[in-house]
Amino acid sequence: MSRTRRLTAARLGPRDVLHVGSAGLRSRPVRVVLSALGIAIGIATMIAVVGISASSQAQLLRQLDALGTNMLVAKPGEGMFSGQEVKLPKDAVGMVGRIAGVEKAAGTGDLTSSVRRSEKIPEAETGGIAVKAATEGLLEVLRGGLASGTWLNAATGRYPSVVLGHVAAERLGITEPGRQVWIDDRYFTVIGVLDPLPLAPEIERSALVGWAGAERLLRFDGHPTTVYERSTDASVEDVQQLLAPTIDPQNPQNVSVGDPSSALKAKAATEGAFSTLLLGLGGIALLVGGVGVANTMIISVLERRHEIGLRRSLGATRGQIRIQFVTESLMLSGLGGLAGVGLGGAATGVYASTGGLPWVVPLWAVGGGFAATLAIGTVAGLYPAVRASRLSPTLALATA
Amino acid sequence: MTTTSAMTTSPLPTPGGTPTAGATATPVVRLRGVTKEYAGGVRALDGVDLTIGEGELLGIVGPSGSGKSTLLHIVGTLDRPSAGTVEIAGYDIASLSDRRLSALRARRIGFVFQAFHLVPGVGALENVAEGLLYSGLPRARRREMAAEALARVGLGDRMKHRPHELSGGQRQRVAIARAVVGEPALLLADEPTGALDSASGEAVMTLLHELNAEGATIAVITHDTEIAGRLPRQVRIRDGRVVADTSLASGEVGVTGAPGAPDASGDGKGAA
Repeated sequence: MSRTRRLTAARLGPRDVLHVGSAGLRSRPVRVVLSALGIAIGIATMIAVVGISASSQAQLLRQLDALGTNMLVAKPGEGMFSGQEVKLPKDAVGMVGRIAGVEKAAGTGDLTSSVRRSEKIPEAETGGIAVKAATEGLLEVLRGGLASGTWLNAATGRYPSVVLGHVAAERLGITEPGRQVWIDDRYFTVIGVLDPLPLAPEIERSALVGWAGAERLLRFDGHPTTVYERSTDASVEDVQQLLAPTIDPQNPQNVSVGDPSSALKAKAATEGAFSTLLLGLGGIALLVGGVGVANTMIISVLERRHEIGLRRSLGATRGQIRIQFVTESLMLSGLGGLAGVGLGGAATGVYASTGGLPWVVPLWAVGGGFAATLAIGTVAGLYPAVRASRLSPTLALATA
Repeated sequence: MTTTSAMTTSPLPTPGGTPTAGATATPVVRLRGVTKEYAGGVRALDGVDLTIGEGELLGIVGPSGSGKSTLLHIVGTLDRPSAGTVEIAGYDIASLSDRRLSALRARRIGFVFQAFHLVPGVGALENVAEGLLYSGLPRARRREMAAEALARVGLGDRMKHRPHELSGGQRQRVAIARAVVGEPALLLADEPTGALDSASGEAVMTLLHELNAEGATIAVITHDTEIAGRLPRQVRIRDGRVVADTSLASGEVGVTGAPGAPDASGDGKGAA
């Protein structure tokens, strides 16, 4: 027992810190669940908001991938003078098809006709459905599919047969091929219904008639109003430059060229931008959860004055008492955070599986959410912990 | 001040020395002129001199309000005096920071409380091992020592029992095991039998006697003169002063308190 030996307080190992910090939680499981719940709800909200928008975005990007970004559309622009509509040349589709790099080109031509379920429906009630002449290659260029029936070919295209876009079919109340619709002055037989076409929503709302049939039966002048083309990925930019001069060498400014996939890309970007309002709600829930944790910790310190006094008498330093309560607070909020990540992930999963979306929970959201809970746990635990460490050990031990 | 010279001499106890004040080479506790005043001018301790040698078993007796709890806190380094010096195991506590004081408590002082203060919901072994938590010993060693200490107090077969599964006497024995597991220089027992029936209290006192016979220095703080009467040395406190320091072995009455302060004088001062 030498007097010269310096007294140094021993450090607690990490395992002992965890043990001491979790002691209070283990003895009061119900309170732990309730006070961690606030944090869990906050984190779950934030994870779900981010996860759902990320899943929607992933779905759009996946769709975009399948549809390709190598399709361009050429339309007549506004005329230089008087805004009069300019017509594309009759052989525009053929010329575009010969541009280097273009794999396939197709065209549609707008008709003035209207399509109705029967002749008894007034002509004015078009239901917003356009009638267009379509070249045979259209479906391939759009990478579209048929929900049922067949596509127009050289034979059917000559006769009064029609293929409906899926919106058009819905509006006309036609679910299967074989039915007839009234166009202009005669019945056309529906031979096919298309799948949704995200790259060409205008086709979804159209009734498509074969090129030759339209010329023969519907007084179509043969001028395409829209030219669609698919090129190799590498040549998209070159083709974009060449499209207008090719279609109208004299007045290339009369042709406007568009990239429908860019609109889809923009849409994907906005889908990815999650709702700030919902995120704010999650943040408020998280804040309230943090207040709950702080409250629980203050009560815990008050209730455990004897334990604190005992630990001080057993040789705990003030720092060790602080560590104990900060650890407890961290564990409390950490548990809430884990539960929240689980709940938010599950909510995203349910949303994704019911909507047929891919399940995406960004790692940064999980990491950020968890880091937020740890920060909240530290802040919420610090004040009670300092209070606990400042308690006089004698006061803490006083009975009654 | 015979103790001052004794301290610097040989570390061996005086041969055949009675366990009275200053009999050992390095006193475990030495208080000189210790005064404790609380805010509002309440003077709980008033110039207390007290020396406890190694291997002593003494009772600090006094009615409630006499200042014995304050004395316990000061000897246990849970509180600091307003005036006077306190040396525990050779360390002057005035020179120690809170950290070092904590370390002193962790290694040199064991506490036994009237209310046991066991951790609920945790087995006896864990409770005893908690006594070594702040000692810096590795976990496995702490459990090993805790098991030994539990066996020592006769609860070797109750290692896994939680406090609520033990009787009051058994709980206090667990608490004693926790206090002695680190072999402290000083064991402070604050009303150790206060919450127990007489039979359990008897067993606890017997255990304290046994531990003392094995070499432990023990101070029992109590208001029960019957219990104190069976301890080798009794220090009586009244109104913050030591009014009598009796040794059972010699029967002598020491005057460690204020010079020539018999009971009557102490009473008079207290009433004034």
